[in-house]
Amino acid sequence: MNMNEVPAGAAVDLSAHAADFPILSRPVRGKRLAYLDNAATTQKPEVVIEAERRFYRESNANIHRGVHWLSQHATDLYEGARERVRSFLNAARVEEIVFTRGTTESINLVAQSWARNTLQPGDEILITAMEHHSNIVPWQFVCEQTGAVLKVVPINDAGELVLDAFDELLGPRTRLLAITEVSNALGTVNDVAPLIRRARAVGARVLVDGAQAVAHMPVDVRALGCDFYAFSGHKLYGPTGIGVLYARHELLQAMPPWQGGGSMIETVSFERSTFAPAPQRFEAGTPHIAGAVALATAIDYVLEIGLERIGAHEHALLARATAAVQALPGVRIIGTAAHKAGVLSLVVDGIHPHDLGTILDADGVAIRAGHHCAMPVMTRYGIPGTARASFALYNNDEDVDALVRAIRKAQDMFGGRR
Amino acid sequence: MSGHEGFGDLRELYQEVIFDHNRQPRNFHSMADADHVAEGHNPLCGDQLTVYLKVADGVVQDVSFVGHGCAISTASASLMTEAVKGRPVEEVEALFRDFHALLTDVPPEGRDFGKLEVLAGVREFPARVKCATLAWHTLHNALEGGGTAKTE
Ligand SMILES: Cc1ncc(COP(=O)(O)O)c(C=O)c1O
Repeated sequence: MNMNEVPAGAAVDLSAHAADFPILSRPVRGKRLAYLDNAATTQKPEVVIEAERRFYRESNANIHRGVHWLSQHATDLYEGARERVRSFLNAARVEEIVFTRGTTESINLVAQSWARNTLQPGDEILITAMEHHSNIVPWQFVCEQTGAVLKVVPINDAGELVLDAFDELLGPRTRLLAITEVSNALGTVNDVAPLIRRARAVGARVLVDGAQAVAHMPVDVRALGCDFYAFSGHKLYGPTGIGVLYARHELLQAMPPWQGGGSMIETVSFERSTFAPAPQRFEAGTPHIAGAVALATAIDYVLEIGLERIGAHEHALLARATAAVQALPGVRIIGTAAHKAGVLSLVVDGIHPHDLGTILDADGVAIRAGHHCAMPVMTRYGIPGTARASFALYNNDEDVDALVRAIRKAQDMFGGRR
Repeated sequence: MSGHEGFGDLRELYQEVIFDHNRQPRNFHSMADADHVAEGHNPLCGDQLTVYLKVADGVVQDVSFVGHGCAISTASASLMTEAVKGRPVEEVEALFRDFHALLTDVPPEGRDFGKLEVLAGVREFPARVKCATLAWHTLHNALEGGGTAKTE
């Protein structure tokens, strides 16, 4: 059910929803904004902006500490948001949901609390060649700390995992598979469910990086069977500074805290402290309460539109953009997997991605140019970086056409068109 | 910030001289007998270059570079090599300071930047200042670091 695709070519009209996003009506550099940097962060609908504002105007207090009414009210909203996330991911229990600052912090939590205290010298962590730096560097820390070894599943020229290599690399020493569901640099959608099954069959735990998945397809952590699932609110039309770690209850209950402070303790004396049960044990200090509340609103917002419909709409935009840039001479798409999300990474002969980004920007077309925090992917393709357009529910054909026009203009300027 | 941005400003940034030096960078080769060498790297955009220098009697006798980067950084490196060749090191360092001010701050009055002036358009694109100054920072490091290395 995870890959519940709407048939190719099925037209989904989401045009009414662009008006939900106030920022889209502001001109940029005097031009209509075509915001195509959604893999970096999405824009926020009015309801999310309003939810955060309303929290501060009507509900603000610290949580889990006050006897007063507002504190209880804020706590209810915060814990309500946790329940909203649980149902969004279809987790079994609300205690399996930890609020973090984002995907990066969620992965670091697993690395420092679980992996660092579990792995032995010679144990193996299996990742893939398409991971974001945030799903590489925390494991390198763990390897240094424990003597574990990092193994990397390669990708082919299309940007798909080499599954034979996966099977070879997965072995009795594999203790963790850490894998992205969708590549932010290539757009590749990994069919993670069978890989999770194979990893668990050899006794490994599995962490799925869902940063690029949650806004584009339904996610069901129980159907996936993963042990950990991480995502960020800001890529799901929610606020920055709030994210989620899902962790299976048995694991989370047994994991030691990784940050100490208020809210995560049961009792403290100078001799010894005892810790609160999960998830509080992993939420030291005052969390981003308003962010969690607004994230719940963002989840409501996307579910109301429907993730299948959003995914289908983005696919249609991807198809249109792909066909248009393929027709341009000297343009090469990086990431041509059979199964892709709405990410179009490309390089243009004779034009550095950074120059392309600037020229597109002058026409109000916001894309990302660079390595997209996936330097090993760039190395794999022998390029310094790509120009990346990434789509969201509010994008439309006009945005795609503005992108293509601006690329042609850049080619004209650079004299690269033959 | 100028109010009217778009093609006009873009042409300010991407002048013909920039395209020319991007397509055919001058002094674009390594230098086996260089006495000062430094590498520059802009991790954000992947720009990478190496600057080679020969300095004698306090004067830059020869300078070259290799590497890859965007048009702004390549053209800037190329223009830099032309601008500093044959100049006293002190003047080169002063030129770097003034050039940096030209791109980011109040341009020094009365300074004739010659061809380097074409890079002034970068002012309107703060995200690109690092591209235009990478070669200069690297040159500066080569002059400083090279000196240090020799004393060992
Ligand atoms: C695949 C992937 N993983 C992890 C991250 C990190 O997310 P955050 O910066 O929100 O922690 C990103 C964000 O760019 C991403 O695209």
